Amino acid sequence: MELVLAIGIGVLIGSGVFLLFRPRTYQLIIGLSLIAYGVNLFIFSMGRLKIAAPPVLASGGPVNPADYADPIPQALVLTAIVIGFATAALFLVVLLVSRGLTGSDHVDGREPN
Amino acid sequence: MGWMDHLVIVPVLLPLVTGAMLLMFDERRHRLKATINVVSTILLALVAVSLLDIADTPTAANKAAAIVYLLGNWPAPFGIVLVLDRLSAMMLVLTAMLALPALIYSLARWHKSGPHFHTLFQLLLMGLNGAFLTGDLFNLFVFFEVLLASSYGLMLHGSGPLRVKAGLHYIVINLAASSLFLIGVAMIYGVAGTLNMADLSVRIALVPASDRMLLDAGAGILGIAFLVKAGMWPLGFWLPTAYNAAAAPVAAIFAILSKVGVYALMRLSPLLFGAGAGDSTGFGDSWLLVGGMATMAFGIIGVLASQAKGRLAGFYILISSGTLLAAIGMANAPTTAGALYYLVSSTMAVSAFFLLIELVDRVQDPAANVLAVTMDAYGDDMEEEEAEEEVGVAIPATLVILGICFASSGLLLAGLPPLSGFIGKFAILTAVFNPNGLTQGSTLSLSTWVFAGLLVVSGLAAMIAITRSGIQTFWAPIEGRVPRVLLMEIAPVAFLLTLCVGLTVFGGPVMRYMEQTAQSLHSPGTYIEGVMNAPRVPPPAREAAP
Repeated sequence: MELVLAIGIGVLIGSGVFLLFRPRTYQLIIGLSLIAYGVNLFIFSMGRLKIAAPPVLASGGPVNPADYADPIPQALVLTAIVIGFATAALFLVVLLVSRGLTGSDHVDGREPN
Repeated sequence: MGWMDHLVIVPVLLPLVTGAMLLMFDERRHRLKATINVVSTILLALVAVSLLDIADTPTAANKAAAIVYLLGNWPAPFGIVLVLDRLSAMMLVLTAMLALPALIYSLARWHKSGPHFHTLFQLLLMGLNGAFLTGDLFNLFVFFEVLLASSYGLMLHGSGPLRVKAGLHYIVINLAASSLFLIGVAMIYGVAGTLNMADLSVRIALVPASDRMLLDAGAGILGIAFLVKAGMWPLGFWLPTAYNAAAAPVAAIFAILSKVGVYALMRLSPLLFGAGAGDSTGFGDSWLLVGGMATMAFGIIGVLASQAKGRLAGFYILISSGTLLAAIGMANAPTTAGALYYLVSSTMAVSAFFLLIELVDRVQDPAANVLAVTMDAYGDDMEEEEAEEEVGVAIPATLVILGICFASSGLLLAGLPPLSGFIGKFAILTAVFNPNGLTQGSTLSLSTWVFAGLLVVSGLAAMIAITRSGIQTFWAPIEGRVPRVLLMEIAPVAFLLTLCVGLTVFGGPVMRYMEQTAQSLHSPGTYIEGVMNAPRVPPPAREAAP
């Protein structure tokens, strides 16, 4: 499972970084989104991978923390998803404005000669 | 728990509430919105000053001079904390002192050239204050995002192709840096198991050797995210273009944005990798030193090469970031004290300079830039309306006053006596040459000489560049045109310059404060103890069951 997750994160971030170095704004936003997905998975994996373990402690009686998944990375991922979503939407607006003002989807606002 | 105990959270809550409230009013009621914004910013400044006073007067209850505010009343490493110490109080005051002039200046005309200026302005303040107050790495990320999101909006304020292009680059770079921030935070959490800064500082020494490399990698990635914000060479090429494109009051408040990255490094570097960090002691210091000096060299070249005054100011910000980073890399308390003084002085000076640029440029090309912006945003049909837009009192003897302001901000930027820029540089130089105190002889390394040389040359470069642009503006035009400058526009510049004069006159007490700040940064024992042992508020006594 660790290997699958690691390869998945690597592919997502690798493709994202490749797209980030492309000159078109559309490629940029897809690249940034892929990186954000990769980063979210990465944060999640930093709480160690566990299958079928609840993150919330059962009430009453002593509990063994080893039986539970780490809840903090899950909370962090939620926050990161929300923030990433909002900034991607904002970037999309700026992308459209730039396209409208310059008539080009190149990041510098004009086509290279 | 009296109401004074809740004062720590006011710098976060007040801008949030004001920003949300301003959304309720229609954009046409700009006078009302402006009034609310000004009142809120003045209140914020008062709160910041009283917090500074609290942080500077240790009482029996708070020996560490750090107030810890437990959000939700959870004990420290588990819940989120806000921590007020001397450094954060100083940054809060600096933020408020930059916000007030920038806001007043914008009321002359800029606040009407785009929607939701006042809301974005307040949310930017909330993000800044939160970033300075938080004692938790992930909360630092959240507040960074708050301030960045509103800075994206403010960057585009006034619109126009130039701003959109620069804003696009600015947003992409900061989004990529935010991803790095998250990766760094996640790696540190994966190794150390905590995100509370004080708790982290304790646990870093206990990290086993096998995990040490992961921890250092995480801290390095986190550091890169901060360095992008601070504009270290080669991560800072976006900065001069973005700041040059922003509207004048926006650029004036942006002067502190690059200092947020510097603040984070200044706080975390001695706290996490200070003397008590085991094998990781001094991690990254040499990178900061070398990178800071490279940034200074790049900034010097840029300042000399730039024709437009806005780009000059942008490159000056790079010089000042480089100076601060190199000073942090020196990792000793006296240099940090000098760097803190320099930070306050240079930030206020460059903020005043950004405001002044727009006024001074009217001598050459009166009102054309404002017109161009408005025409870009709304089309040509606004042209006739523009003439009657200007309301307010114009000042007499415009050229004389502009000239005096320009010359004094030039002195401040170049670091010449008698103003505070000189004291800051002098304090850094003294500390660099006498790291162990004045009478203790010590051998100086090559990097010390290079740093001192760059510091002196950067002053020379700034002076040459500013003198040149001053001559071009004030002396070279044959048909001297006297621009119309409103009192409302020149007063904020004068206010910032007066604050710098105040820093000079009260140099002794200010420097004492900076020294104490630097001391507590470099011996963080009291900070850690204060956060970890912060008392919880006892729950209210339950009424006896009937």
